[in-house]
Amino acid sequence: MSEHHEVASKEKYGMVIDLDKCTGCGACTVACLSENNHYVREDESDKLHSVTWMKVYKVTNGAPFPNTKVAFIPRPCMHCDHHTPCVSVCPVMATDYNPLTGIVSQIYTRCIGCRYCVGACPYHARYFNWWDPVWPEGMHKLLNPDMSPRMRGVVEKCSFCNHRLQKAKDKAYVEGRKDLKDGEYVTACAEACPTRAITFGNMQDPESAVAKLIKSPGAFRLLEKLGTQPKVYYLSSESWIRELADNALGRKKRGGLA
Amino acid sequence: MDRAWIPEGVQRCSAGVFYAWMALWLFVLGGAVTTALLILWKGLNQTNMNDYFGFGAWITADLGVIALGAGAFFSGFLTYVVRVKELKALINFAVIIGFICYSSALLILTLDIGQPLRGWFGYWFPNIHSMLTEVIFCITLYFTVLTIEYVPLILENRKIYANPVAHTLSHNFHEAMAIFAAIGTFLSFFHQGSLGGMYGVMYARPFAFREGFFVWPWTFFLFIFSAISTGPTFTILITMIVQKITKKRLVPRESLSVLAKIAGWIYCGYLILKIADTYYWATEILPSRGLTWLEQYYGYQYGLWLLFAEIGLCGIVPALILIIRRLRENDKWLVLACALASTGVLLNRFVFIVQTLAMPVYPFDKWYIYFPSWQEWLTSLAVVAYGAVIISLSYRYLPVFPYERDLNPPAR
Repeated sequence: MSEHHEVASKEKYGMVIDLDKCTGCGACTVACLSENNHYVREDESDKLHSVTWMKVYKVTNGAPFPNTKVAFIPRPCMHCDHHTPCVSVCPVMATDYNPLTGIVSQIYTRCIGCRYCVGACPYHARYFNWWDPVWPEGMHKLLNPDMSPRMRGVVEKCSFCNHRLQKAKDKAYVEGRKDLKDGEYVTACAEACPTRAITFGNMQDPESAVAKLIKSPGAFRLLEKLGTQPKVYYLSSESWIRELADNALGRKKRGGLA
Repeated sequence: MDRAWIPEGVQRCSAGVFYAWMALWLFVLGGAVTTALLILWKGLNQTNMNDYFGFGAWITADLGVIALGAGAFFSGFLTYVVRVKELKALINFAVIIGFICYSSALLILTLDIGQPLRGWFGYWFPNIHSMLTEVIFCITLYFTVLTIEYVPLILENRKIYANPVAHTLSHNFHEAMAIFAAIGTFLSFFHQGSLGGMYGVMYARPFAFREGFFVWPWTFFLFIFSAISTGPTFTILITMIVQKITKKRLVPRESLSVLAKIAGWIYCGYLILKIADTYYWATEILPSRGLTWLEQYYGYQYGLWLLFAEIGLCGIVPALILIIRRLRENDKWLVLACALASTGVLLNRFVFIVQTLAMPVYPFDKWYIYFPSWQEWLTSLAVVAYGAVIISLSYRYLPVFPYERDLNPPAR
């Protein structure tokens, strides 16, 4: 557990999501569910009990027809970089901030399921396993062997597909390389996005696509005023979407969930 | 039938009446235990908690009873460390109430964690940065202290006391009670504070976040003050209820008045701090996060009435009753003040736990409403049945109230 993330590392992974390109198709969510061995219950209509590491919010500008505008905000874990709210509160150190990669991960076999981290996270990126994981007959053969399924009673969250990082590093090691190439390690959601709205990579590498995109004039982060320093950035040319990202912005006229 | 076990010189109801009374509470308790087993078997999907409301009725009950149980450590501190002699009449009963509160809090916590079998991880993998770690350690240790304080009273049962080992043990425990009272005070200050700190440190949750001193947010200190002021009022309230049920004066009225006066003045101090804290939160902390004060309240469930009820009706009103001698000397006013103050601290804990989570943090999100499931209600209310069982057994078989015989001389 690292309370202050001051270790200088040449790797710090982050994500940029271009909301102008996002169609809300949900491919990122499905890819995430599949990659990370999520079980799906027969009735998933209760979204307050549904585990969706990559959740897509549908928002509107609140204006009446014909001026109504709709956008989709995909929301993985923000992997907060400053005093990560979930890491500092966990009583059993089941939540870990890796200073070498900036990835916030969950140790499922240590989590006691107290849900303090769920309360501390302002992004609702943490999910509690309310039920025993059950897969349809035969489907367990399709599970990803690199990702452990989670048991009932523990909290889980997006890990930036941390297991893919391990795999990419193994490959680089075999090939005699120390550093990963840009695009060699990407998350399942970024890979699956049909419009290439999601870009993932090393923010410390100035040549990476992510590092360039986060410098875009339209780049912003969710709830930036709270000071959590998320490593997920968004791009949008629409000012009303940018105003929806933070309580400090656009107070007079505001849209909301569609 | 059980006459030999009842303390000498006191009157108790017949065994038949007592067993019928106990059967009633044990029936409720049995229902709660069955529900608890159902929850352990099926999991927390039996509750109405969800991924927005990670905390609900159980944590509210936990923090509520821990605050109300503070009467034990604070009365112990006043009796053994400050030497307020009037409270000797009350200290045994305060310890029993504390024991009930803390043991039920630990039982509820066991239910509330998703992996109860991993409960010991809290001691094995402690995160020193987490306020919850401090809570886990201090509550466990303080519960041990409460048990140590309760044991000598059990050993004083007429039959058990006849055993020379029990006799000696009880005597030696009594000799060391001041040390345990001091340890209990130290531990209690920290866990009461840490429970408040748990919410104050959630800097990304504007409803709960507070600045503070060093590593402790202001809620740390507010929770201590609210507990040491309302805990004794709860002790007084339960004492008055027991007196009403048994139709006896068990504690000299002066003892209750002294404790009520001390609690009342501390409650006044707490309310001043609480009002200042609320003002600073509304005018500084919330605007710094792009929020306004009125945005923190919503509808009936989370309306402004909660704030006025907590600080006004259940705050200023009972505080005034408790510090005005004429009123606190009147039994009815005293009961009213104690009931209101106890409700006030429950409201405070509810607001910090549930409203913090109900309030939307995203500008595009909405308020969510939480209402506990019957399983949560039953297991939370079981604390009342559990308390009734422990108090009934203690009152019948143990010399809980040292002045009972003097206050209720046998009819000539």
